[in-house]
Amino acid sequence: MQTANLFPLVLILAAVAYWLAFQRSRAVAAPLGGVRHLKALPTHYAARAALWSAIPGLIVLALWTGFEGKVIQGIVMGSLPQDMWPDSPGKASLLLSQISNVASGSLDPDLASEPIAKAAALLKTLREQSSLFMTILVILITVLGAAFAWFRVAPHINARNSVETTLRRIFFVCAALAVLITLGIVFSVILETVRFFGRVPITDFLFGTSWSPQTALRADQVGADGAFGVIPLFTGTLLISAIALLVAVPTGLLSAIYLSEYAGKKVRSTIKPLLELLAGIPTVVYGFFAALTVAPFIRDLAESIGLEASSQSALAAGLVMGIMIIPFVSSLSDDVINAVPQSLRDGSLALGATQSETMKKVIFPAALPGIMGGILLAASRAIGETMIVVMAAGLAANLTANPLDSVTTVTVQIATLLVGDQEFDSAKTLSAFALGMLLFIVTLALNVLALKIVRKYREQYE
Amino acid sequence: MNSINSTIPGDATMPEKAPLAVEDPVTEERRETVEIEEGKTVGIPFSDNPKFALRNVEVSYGDTRAIRNISLDIARNEVIAFIGPSGCGKSTFLRCLNRMNDSIDTCRVKGSLMLDGDDIYDPRRDVVELRARVGMVFQKPNPFPKSIYENVAYGPRIHGLANRKSDLDEIVESSLRKAGLWDEVKDRLDATATGMSGGQQQRLCIARAIAVSPEVILMDEPCSALDPIATAKVEELIAEMSESYTIVIVTHSMQQAARVSHRTAYFHLGHLVEVNETNKVFTAPEHELTESYITGRFG
Repeated sequence: MQTANLFPLVLILAAVAYWLAFQRSRAVAAPLGGVRHLKALPTHYAARAALWSAIPGLIVLALWTGFEGKVIQGIVMGSLPQDMWPDSPGKASLLLSQISNVASGSLDPDLASEPIAKAAALLKTLREQSSLFMTILVILITVLGAAFAWFRVAPHINARNSVETTLRRIFFVCAALAVLITLGIVFSVILETVRFFGRVPITDFLFGTSWSPQTALRADQVGADGAFGVIPLFTGTLLISAIALLVAVPTGLLSAIYLSEYAGKKVRSTIKPLLELLAGIPTVVYGFFAALTVAPFIRDLAESIGLEASSQSALAAGLVMGIMIIPFVSSLSDDVINAVPQSLRDGSLALGATQSETMKKVIFPAALPGIMGGILLAASRAIGETMIVVMAAGLAANLTANPLDSVTTVTVQIATLLVGDQEFDSAKTLSAFALGMLLFIVTLALNVLALKIVRKYREQYE
Repeated sequence: MNSINSTIPGDATMPEKAPLAVEDPVTEERRETVEIEEGKTVGIPFSDNPKFALRNVEVSYGDTRAIRNISLDIARNEVIAFIGPSGCGKSTFLRCLNRMNDSIDTCRVKGSLMLDGDDIYDPRRDVVELRARVGMVFQKPNPFPKSIYENVAYGPRIHGLANRKSDLDEIVESSLRKAGLWDEVKDRLDATATGMSGGQQQRLCIARAIAVSPEVILMDEPCSALDPIATAKVEELIAEMSESYTIVIVTHSMQQAARVSHRTAYFHLGHLVEVNETNKVFTAPEHELTESYITGRFG
């Protein structure tokens, strides 16, 4: 049976185990005079049965599918005559795909050489056997687990603790998984980045002021050397993010203060969801709003006061992006301001402070860590935003601090570098990973810095 | 059943007619055993030299009437204790005295509440000035999450009481001294206030209230979160402060009321049942309900 079918089957078996154990615990409890004479509730016995049947079954299933391919490959390769053994990993994978193509029937066995046809036949039988064994084993283990749990439903056995322990472990595994996946992403990016720095010197990348990643495909082409200076991209990113934060932080923070301290219940319950709606609008929609409405408006405005402006500008992208991230600031700040205990407000008001003095001197410092969290979230959204920039700020990597110029950002370049057919050993493609790595380091550094600032200035209430 | 009290001795300001109460099931029930007459208070509710003159005060939250037609004088430099079972309205009444009920949308206050002859609830009244004169200490110590120094300096700063740093230092020191906290904290004024013990925090809150030189200090169960030793210290402090301030204290502890107050007011279901000199209330209560409460028959 296929893994995809086996997985739901295990879950169904676990559900059956749950139901059976539940019924049995009720039945066991009945002659004793009720559920309260059991050491644990029927749901605990039932949950234990479900866990004991599903978890071993799923572990075996995962291990089997994980190692099946490698083991079968090893056996198949070993069956080949010694003189056919490949001498490089590339050849090995070529040979393997040939064998599996024959086995799956997409390559005519008559065309293949005899050892390969034999190996293909072996591969086919091994796969079938493996699938059969796996199905039997998984179902057997699941049923055995359920049966064991079923027999362990007894008044003197406490299922509560084992259920709690198992759940705690499952939660831990989930938490660990998130961390491991992040580490995995970082490592894969690091590997590609190292390859990139093998082609382009790291100093050129970090301190170069020109970015044009077009490299020649053939050695005799004109303009064979790309320029990989990252500075224009980072100034572009910082410029647009700064404009966005200049829009979003004051607006978001002040609206949060209004909503939490001044607005009535009705106003608050209307405005808050409306504000949060801003975060739900797809960025493409913001993008064409920026490109078709805001950018031309800014250009016309700039020209009317005698400034030169491009039709795609950092200002347009930054303004619209700022609107997009307002809810990140306002919603989170509103929540943390509300979480500041009423007793602090009362204490300040009772001393004769006005509402705004109370806000400024007592509530804001106490809510600072949460507010900073909201701003950080907004900042990382701004730094990572791609679509609005593509549409409103352009693709030209200008090194400029003029918000009326068109600029481009790191994420936009990563996107354009990786869109379409790419060969993964050219400096152009690999530079995307280096950009990603640098972006990761920069945002991490920003986070650490912000945390430090918060630690220094926060006023912690209990 | 509602009638106007005419037994209150010699007070011209007493109104001729108190508004009739809307019937309330709880009151009805209670009437089966003891009658409470609305607006009728036994004992000595009035004073010749009132700091607060409160007449026919009615407070309601939406449709619920929390305070029913209470008239009371609070004399200058007296310590008056409000006692009564939970939900009787004593905290609500206390919070009317510096308009801390303003922040509750549904709260309505009617009647005449005068501080030194000026209406507390005059719409043109500056609440900031009122609260600077009528300070408050809360049930749970609520120091700001700032340093000890900053906590005390907060009030003087917002009211512009100190022009120079040395003035501010002086106010902080004298306030902490008055609150009996100076010796304990003088070496760690920059330490955060939330790290102090509960009793110290409460005395800090008292110092914070004193720092703006109020005329009245309202205390809403100031010792209910404190252990007996910290309580004794706060009570000692109240006795000392009564020389320079008018103090209104809400308390659930009758011993505390007996120890610290000059007069005691007994509240019951929004009514002010009895006000009298403290030793009189606890030795010879005039009203049946007061007697039941202080002897522990209910509450």
